[in-house]
Amino acid sequence: MRLLTHNMLSSNIKGVTNGFPLGIIIDKSTQIEVEINTDFLKTMFSKIDWKALVDAATLMGYSDLPEEVDESMLESEELLNKFHHALLELHLEEGALICPETGRRFPVSKGIPNMLLHEDEI
Amino acid sequence: MSSRPEFQAPPEIFYNETEARKYTSSSRIVEIQSKLSERALELLDLPNDGVPRLLLDIGCGSGLSGETLSENGQQWIGLDISDSMLDVALEREVEGDLLLSDMGQGLGFRDGVIDGAISISAVQEFDLFSVFDKQWLCNADKSSHVPRLRLKAFFGSLYRCLARGAKAVFQMYPESVAQRELILGYAMRAGFSGGVVVDYPHSTKARKEYLFLTCGPPSMSLALPKAVVEDGESCSEDENGSDGDNQTVNSRSVMLKNISFCLYYRTHQLYQIRCLGQCISYISLWILNKLLVRISDRQRPSKRQKTTKKGKGKGWILKKKEQMRKKGNAVPNDTKYTGRKRKTHF
Ligand SMILES: C[S@@+](CC[C@H](N)C(=O)[O-])C[C@H]1O[C@@H](n2cnc3c(N)ncnc32)[C@H](O)[C@@H]1O
Repeated sequence: MRLLTHNMLSSNIKGVTNGFPLGIIIDKSTQIEVEINTDFLKTMFSKIDWKALVDAATLMGYSDLPEEVDESMLESEELLNKFHHALLELHLEEGALICPETGRRFPVSKGIPNMLLHEDEI
Repeated sequence: MSSRPEFQAPPEIFYNETEARKYTSSSRIVEIQSKLSERALELLDLPNDGVPRLLLDIGCGSGLSGETLSENGQQWIGLDISDSMLDVALEREVEGDLLLSDMGQGLGFRDGVIDGAISISAVQEFDLFSVFDKQWLCNADKSSHVPRLRLKAFFGSLYRCLARGAKAVFQMYPESVAQRELILGYAMRAGFSGGVVVDYPHSTKARKEYLFLTCGPPSMSLALPKAVVEDGESCSEDENGSDGDNQTVNSRSVMLKNISFCLYYRTHQLYQIRCLGQCISYISLWILNKLLVRISDRQRPSKRQKTTKKGKGKGWILKKKEQMRKKGNAVPNDTKYTGRKRKTHF
């Protein structure tokens, strides 16, 4: 699972009002190089929660993203490269995602988070 | 799929390891699913600017539908309730991220972040899952409201996570008119507008239905512009004479503006527009193109047939991209990643 997906996911357990961002527990992570598409990054930028991305990337061992950004910085190739790497090349392989409100663990195995809810969470 | 899986067991049980492999190794299924996905993508009608969008593939299974999205340069997140199907997707090294998730429990995404969604041959399964609740739990009281709650949770959460104006296209094989109406009803209640596009309505084999949803109020493009309604065609079929025939083009257009859902039946050169079981107008394919989507000529035999045996190599992708460019579509540039080799599909 890439941090792009982590940035979109939100816990939808019944009663949870703010399920974002999910905490991350890392047992294993990988990096997979992919081609950069700056147009995609620029259109995604407005939808990304930057702080959540910075925090998640830091946990994954990548701390080169600036804490603060604004749209004008997207002109910088250097920033785009970092943004690309954090968003699309870091993968959580084994571990868990944690609901920020309830602490419920969603296990991640082979890169696939198990988001199935129990009867009493629906 | 000759015997419909949803009548046999709930999806996470039906699609066990053996079935998941069988499904994905059938070249017939691979071809059908990729055709359905291409058509769904066409109906999704994403902006023609070559910029990848972030899409959902709901009930992504082993990634056959997602692969079509990747081939079109889109980013996607796939979710499915069957871990065996997802395992096969992993083996096939699909490009999208995968989630083990039951759409009937609602989708857990932030609001407004997703650019569009497709779902290929999956919706009818999740709805019918409730039938099995009934059989297995023998709890009539519970099972009567479970499907409704599941549909409500699903469409409600889908509506929230889609960006305003985003679309969702569900190819499905509804079990009955009642099931389709139930699904449509919940989509509408969640705030969607749209309709059902029926390709080849008169062929039992080729008939394909696509539920087409737009996030937000009916857009102007769904309301028929007056001048383009093709009149003079009598709506012979299923019409009881009392209305339709004598209506002027104008009043028909007005009617169409006021409905958020209608059926588009394909009959030869024309699409019948049906609402509440009545044919209310015919429009030409050309007009439907303008209205809804760009529809390639489905009557022609598929060019795909020749290529599927050999698999879609880099050459095929480059050729296809070139064709798309000639048609004036914006297509991502060719790079060293284009059509790169993936693990063999068994
Ligand atoms: C016929 S397969 C289609 C798979 C893929 N879309 C394709 O085109 O090949 C239907 C898929 O829907 C999934 N499905 C059924 N009910 C579901 C639910 N409630 N939530 C998520 N996935 C579901 C099944 O597990 C199965 O993988």
